Amino acid sequence: MTTSMAEILAAHPLVAGLSGDGVALLVGCAKNVVFAPGDLLIIEGAPADTFYLVRRGHVAIEVHAPGRGGIVIETVGPGAVVGWSWLVPPYQWTFDARATDDVGAIAIDGACLRAKALSDPAFGYALLTKVSTELLARLQATRLRLLDLYADRDER
Amino acid sequence: MSTTTPPPSEVSLRRGDVVRLWPEGLDGLIGVLRDMGYDVKGPTVRDGAIVPGRLDGAHDLPVGWRDEQSPGRYAVHWANDELAFSWAVGPGSWKAEFFPAAQVQWHAERHGDTYRFNESVESLRPLAIVGARPCELAALDVLDRVLRDGALPDPRYVARRDGAFVVVVECARPASTCFCSSMGAGPGIEGGFDLALTELSDADGHRYLVRIGSERGALAIARVDHEQGLDVDRAARVIQLDASVVGMTRQLETDGLAELLVRNQENPRWLDVAERCLSCANCTLVCPTCFCSDVHDTTDVTGAVTRNRTWSSCFDLDHSFLHGGPVRASSSSRYRQWMTHKLSTWWDQFDTSGCVGCGRCITWCPVGIDITDEAKAIGRSDRALAVGRSR
Amino acid sequence: MTPAVHRVVERREETRDVTTLMLEPVEGPRLAFRPGQFNMLTAFGVGEVAISVSGAPREEGPLRHTVRDVGAVSHALCQRQVGDLVGVRGPFGSDWRVSPDCAPGPILDVHDVVVIAGGIGLAPLRGAVHELVARSHETGGRVFVLVGARDPSQVVYHDDLEAWDREGAVVLVTVDRGTPEWRGRVGLVTALLADAGFDPSSTAALICGPEIMMRFSARALVDSGVDASRILVSLERNMQCGLGWCGHCQLGPFLLCRDGPVVPYSGVVSTLLNERER
Repeated sequence: MTTSMAEILAAHPLVAGLSGDGVALLVGCAKNVVFAPGDLLIIEGAPADTFYLVRRGHVAIEVHAPGRGGIVIETVGPGAVVGWSWLVPPYQWTFDARATDDVGAIAIDGACLRAKALSDPAFGYALLTKVSTELLARLQATRLRLLDLYADRDER
Repeated sequence: MSTTTPPPSEVSLRRGDVVRLWPEGLDGLIGVLRDMGYDVKGPTVRDGAIVPGRLDGAHDLPVGWRDEQSPGRYAVHWANDELAFSWAVGPGSWKAEFFPAAQVQWHAERHGDTYRFNESVESLRPLAIVGARPCELAALDVLDRVLRDGALPDPRYVARRDGAFVVVVECARPASTCFCSSMGAGPGIEGGFDLALTELSDADGHRYLVRIGSERGALAIARVDHEQGLDVDRAARVIQLDASVVGMTRQLETDGLAELLVRNQENPRWLDVAERCLSCANCTLVCPTCFCSDVHDTTDVTGAVTRNRTWSSCFDLDHSFLHGGPVRASSSSRYRQWMTHKLSTWWDQFDTSGCVGCGRCITWCPVGIDITDEAKAIGRSDRALAVGRSR
Repeated sequence: MTPAVHRVVERREETRDVTTLMLEPVEGPRLAFRPGQFNMLTAFGVGEVAISVSGAPREEGPLRHTVRDVGAVSHALCQRQVGDLVGVRGPFGSDWRVSPDCAPGPILDVHDVVVIAGGIGLAPLRGAVHELVARSHETGGRVFVLVGARDPSQVVYHDDLEAWDREGAVVLVTVDRGTPEWRGRVGLVTALLADAGFDPSSTAALICGPEIMMRFSARALVDSGVDASRILVSLERNMQCGLGWCGHCQLGPFLLCRDGPVVPYSGVVSTLLNERER
């Protein structure tokens, strides 16, 4: 039994709830990919052309520093979106994203998706609402981590 | 109509009986209570205030004294008459007799390689209070629920409280700060006492209507000169209590108050009161029901340890200290905690209001913050939130 | 109420500022307790402080408390060495309702139990997890232990986490700040919920950690479909007597030493946790 790309996509939180037509538009920009532990999905400074919907495994969002290697900012797992910079100019990645274990993901061509969103504003709005939902959750989690919750009061 | 007093031995008085006592009889009662083994205390004039003190006789009572109270103000003056109870409660409450401001919890000495504890509850002569006010008995009932009636009673409180003999005196001259009638805590009283006195002074003379509330109360009265209670005294009492209620100008609307405060925790009025509140803790120290205490240990050179308990206040910054700092650092959150607890969450915790309407917190607030005014202000601005100012 | 004198028979330095003390009574048997309850621990001559019991009733051996060095008394407790004396009063307060002798709690009629611990918040939950893991072998239910910590050095109870994992629990750990050596997850503890794979329709949750973390964890659980009445949280306020006398542990309608520390998240608590105390 094979599962179609549309079914795979519809199971991902970013896509779940979009109309069938919307999913069909996404399918045209999507392909299945796998990464081995240590592989870079995204490289800081590179053109932000392809982003990923994680299906299995974990991806570390990193920034590298001299002598310290990759500093992990956040680890994301199944259901997560990896990469946002494809949405807005200058379409350039800000951080690295590295597979920490065997990762299965759907790669989506950002330029392809932007073109479809532009030509179908209703789809574009629905897509952006889903993207915003995920972004907001990540922003809120980041804000909470900024609080340094577990630190002593005098360490904050 | 007048009756002659039969010799005490022939009298058979019971709980529920009513008698008349002349002022000499009150003096006699104090002596009888002392003879019965009680440490007799009552209101006395000291340091310009009417406060609890030791009574050797009726002459130690505030005979001829009046008080004047208003928000932030208290004074006594000499009125040169025979009335002993024509004043309202002063700064000292009877709380301190049962729950002293400072008390040792235990003492431990090094004994070999461990500690040996001494937790003895001091054996005191039982206390007789002559001249407690109805609101003060109501306050002791509130304290009972905290320190006596819970799953883990405070043995020192229980020891002092259970043996105490209480002579309550109804209020004929409430202060401007009193609002006990709103709280159902006065000016009259119907139970919870050994003896209840109503001081009467009219064409029939200066005398006391005495209602007997316990068997030991009956025993005590039987030993002093008394007369049978008269309808004229009963009628005079009713008129006097009515006048007290009418004369009590301050009121607190208690209907829905608990819910009002809980749903108004973000009301900007708390910021307003915080502009005035000094966080001095006077209100909690004079309050007859505030029960918060600090526990702290002291040690000496032998390694012996003493655990002490002292009154504390939710207005103290350290009261809510939680590793690293206070939970309630601002005056507004502390005032809000105090008033919400007193009038609202006390019900959740102890199934009663924490306020008896004695008005002490109003009188003794150095800036005259009035809990009844604050409650009204919250009511007027129910569910208000701070609004942004336009520039 | 005087403390029972105990002797430190073992101490473990869990992290830079967290120490576990194993205590045995100088006289008499070990105090009985239920997971989630606390004792008042006395450092003689310094003072007394509320510390949750971190042992499990079915665990043999001494009484276990894990103390974070945050004040004068907790500092003195952390400095206590093997052989030193510590006073113990208790146990006090409510519990996680997981042991067989407890009043029926929300875990009784669910298949999955999610335990969320932030930092030292794992200490009051440790006994509960022990009970839950043992119970899961009898009932076939699943246990998920989600742990958040500031950084890898602040993760406590490594042996227990490994043991629970071996015994079938799903154990996930995340830290706010990774290190070059850290191979685990970096992120907020709520991010682990998506990975856990519990069935929200038959899940109860026990949460202990900083209040903000408990608030957001409880909300995330409710958002995922967990019934709010099946979520328990452990709250903390200044405690000086443990007996309901001293008034310091006021929190809204609660005296936390008497009505807490473990309370249901639904209803008044969810409102209280949103109240602004400052």
